[in-house]
Amino acid sequence: MQSYHLDHLQHLETEAIHIMREVAGEFERPALLFSGGKDSICLLRLAEKAFRPADIPMPFLNVDTGHHFPELNEFRDRRAKELGGKLIVRKVEDAIAQGIAVPAPGEVSRNRLQIPTLLAAIEEFRFDCCIGGARRDEEKARAKERFFSFRDSFGQWDPKNQRPEIWNLYNGRLNPGENMRVFPLSNWTEMDVWEYIQREKLEVPSIYFSHTRKAVRRGGQWLPVSDIVPPKPNEDVRELVVRVRTIGDIISTGLVESPATTTADIIAEIAAARVTERGSRADDKSSEAAMEDRKKAGYF
Amino acid sequence: MSVSQPTELRQTNSEAPRPALPVDILRFNTCGSVDDGKSTLIGRLLYDSKSLMEDQIEALERSADITGGGQINLANLTDGLRAEREQGITIDVAYRYFATPRRKFIIADTPGHVQYTRNMVTGASTANLSIVLVDARLGVIEQSRRHTAIASLLRIPHLVVAVNKMDLVGWSEQRFLEIRAQFEEFLPRLDIKDVKFIPLSALNGDNVVDPSPHTPWYSGPTLLGHLETVHIASDWNLQGFRLPVQWVNRPNNPKNPELHDFRGFSGQIAGGIVRTGQKVIALPAGIVTTVKQIWTYDGPVQEAFCPQSVTVVLEHDVDVSRGSMLIGPDHLPGASNELHAEVCWMHPRGLQAGRKYFLKHTTHTVQAVVTELVHKLNVSTLETEAAPAELNVNDIGEIKLRTSKPIVFDGYGINRLTGSFILIEQGTNATVAAGMLMPPREVVKSEHGDYVI
Ligand SMILES: Nc1nc2c(ncn2[C@@H]2O[C@H](COP(=O)(O)OP(=O)(O)O)[C@@H](O)[C@H]2O)c(=O)[nH]1
Ligand SMILES: [Mg+2]
Repeated sequence: MQSYHLDHLQHLETEAIHIMREVAGEFERPALLFSGGKDSICLLRLAEKAFRPADIPMPFLNVDTGHHFPELNEFRDRRAKELGGKLIVRKVEDAIAQGIAVPAPGEVSRNRLQIPTLLAAIEEFRFDCCIGGARRDEEKARAKERFFSFRDSFGQWDPKNQRPEIWNLYNGRLNPGENMRVFPLSNWTEMDVWEYIQREKLEVPSIYFSHTRKAVRRGGQWLPVSDIVPPKPNEDVRELVVRVRTIGDIISTGLVESPATTTADIIAEIAAARVTERGSRADDKSSEAAMEDRKKAGYF
Repeated sequence: MSVSQPTELRQTNSEAPRPALPVDILRFNTCGSVDDGKSTLIGRLLYDSKSLMEDQIEALERSADITGGGQINLANLTDGLRAEREQGITIDVAYRYFATPRRKFIIADTPGHVQYTRNMVTGASTANLSIVLVDARLGVIEQSRRHTAIASLLRIPHLVVAVNKMDLVGWSEQRFLEIRAQFEEFLPRLDIKDVKFIPLSALNGDNVVDPSPHTPWYSGPTLLGHLETVHIASDWNLQGFRLPVQWVNRPNNPKNPELHDFRGFSGQIAGGIVRTGQKVIALPAGIVTTVKQIWTYDGPVQEAFCPQSVTVVLEHDVDVSRGSMLIGPDHLPGASNELHAEVCWMHPRGLQAGRKYFLKHTTHTVQAVVTELVHKLNVSTLETEAAPAELNVNDIGEIKLRTSKPIVFDGYGINRLTGSFILIEQGTNATVAAGMLMPPREVVKSEHGDYVI
């Protein structure tokens, strides 16, 4: 006898599949933002669930800051290929060379420069919708965002003037030049993502698991030593057993000391965690409204 | 006052138990007027249920030092926009998540100002339960009635009246009973089945997570206790199969020859149960056929139910596309281009008879003209005013519409998914109304049987 009951992950899954199919049904030229990170890995599985046995009816898009972890890019390319999807990569490097993205004097972070790079890619391919893996539990500004997040012709989010979103009736109508960002994982928490990865037996990049890495202490966190983050003369380089909890750029992603080698270990670790996932990202800490400001400017 | 001391906060929060795999989800929203304490209550729930992380508490402390003169403001947890923190108000819905070993919760903190009622509707539309906060000093005011009326209109199954700021009325049982009586005066005019009254102090945490020593006269559960145990049996309708088709699944040059002729109809089941081999009617084509396969990524299944997402393969090649609906032969829906509905108007440009909009119902968008404004609800008296000239922003009323094509629907009271629609303004594409359909006057005609292939 069937019980006609869905558990919480099945609820989140069917909600997300419904949203993906609404995108396929309502937009002419959608794209799926795929970074190789854990959230977008879930997005890809949801896309498979939404669209198989047909092909996934949208290309994958990634903005490469040039500061990515190499493990992440390797995984991104391989996964896209396995799924038979078309992967479009647009580099901040190229956008700078073309004058699309202009670094401020001394600006090392590529965080802000991703925005014009993304907007240029949207224009180049005339995408009318980008599906992203952002979740509302990540950050206070995201907690305010709709599933279907309208962006004007400058890519800007206007948080004070969002379209009401009622039941599961999403208004995807746009005028030329406008764009929609759609977030099927809005209601997922970090824990849900890992439980889903476990349930679906999804592969994730190796850097989510415990490994040994050289790191330096900066701004209260351990940053991985790399060509882009060379140790300063006075800095103490340590060899640590670490993993990444959230993947941003290599220059801003704090490493967490962890022995977790399996998805189950990670779930146990998050269950006991006393800081949020974004607590390990320097880019969001800079001001209380950091994310809101970036989203208003056109960020994911 | 325990929240005034950041250090104390940190200590009480240090060895928090974290939840294991919860089993179901309760979605709820908080409503009530400005300053009734909605955001504080959510902060308190998160805090006392040990759902806050150290960096979130640190961020609270930082803003306390900068803007709060050292006082932590729990409302800052949900008031995430710059303008909200500056003005100390909630402008748009904030979603928060927490879990206890018994349940997983999705909270929508909805704004109290009248001009943000549309945001309240956004937060409440998917809720299993609404918490209406009342300031114990003020008692029932117009916003209490408005929000309760909206909760009733949206058919939210459970309501909690949280009588907040009990600390400011000396924990008076008499005051609590007075407010309860004020509610009970107008509740019979609304359609809410389950109402619970809880006296609390969001600021101090009384009866939020832990029982209060100040209310010996109250024997009911704490707010969290109630949220964890309220029976949310199926919110979903399991009678009358409905599958609004979202997308036609046609593999392009599949490598697998078996998929060569695959043609599936993908959608989220909006009502009932479907089984392989059963008869279904494809509307609007009106053709009866049989379910050949229920395809899912995890393999074919014998049956599927609301709200699962599936891909249905039919025995016959019928005319079905996005916007069509597959239905079961029992519990037939209505199909009409003359609609009668309650609406919540959400746009500063008011509604007058004769205006044209796009109407999105399930996966189907059609043109619609408003033919009549039947009445408007007076939120203070809950009486209706017949034939108003206009519905203004945040008004609730009853209207009639004519659509360019018939839509297949149920009454909202029977099925929230096939009984609801939104109106979209042409040109600006603004979402201007949430609509709830009255039950159909007649169901789809049985002559459809003639079309059996
Ligand atoms: N004394 C007292 N003050 C409260 C209580 N709950 C909230 N407040 C205060 O009421 C004000 C408004 O609270 P807030 O949560 O922002 O209200 P909202 O507009 O409904 O979200 C704040 O100054 C709170 O500290 C309570 O239970 N007792
Ligand atoms: Mg508030």
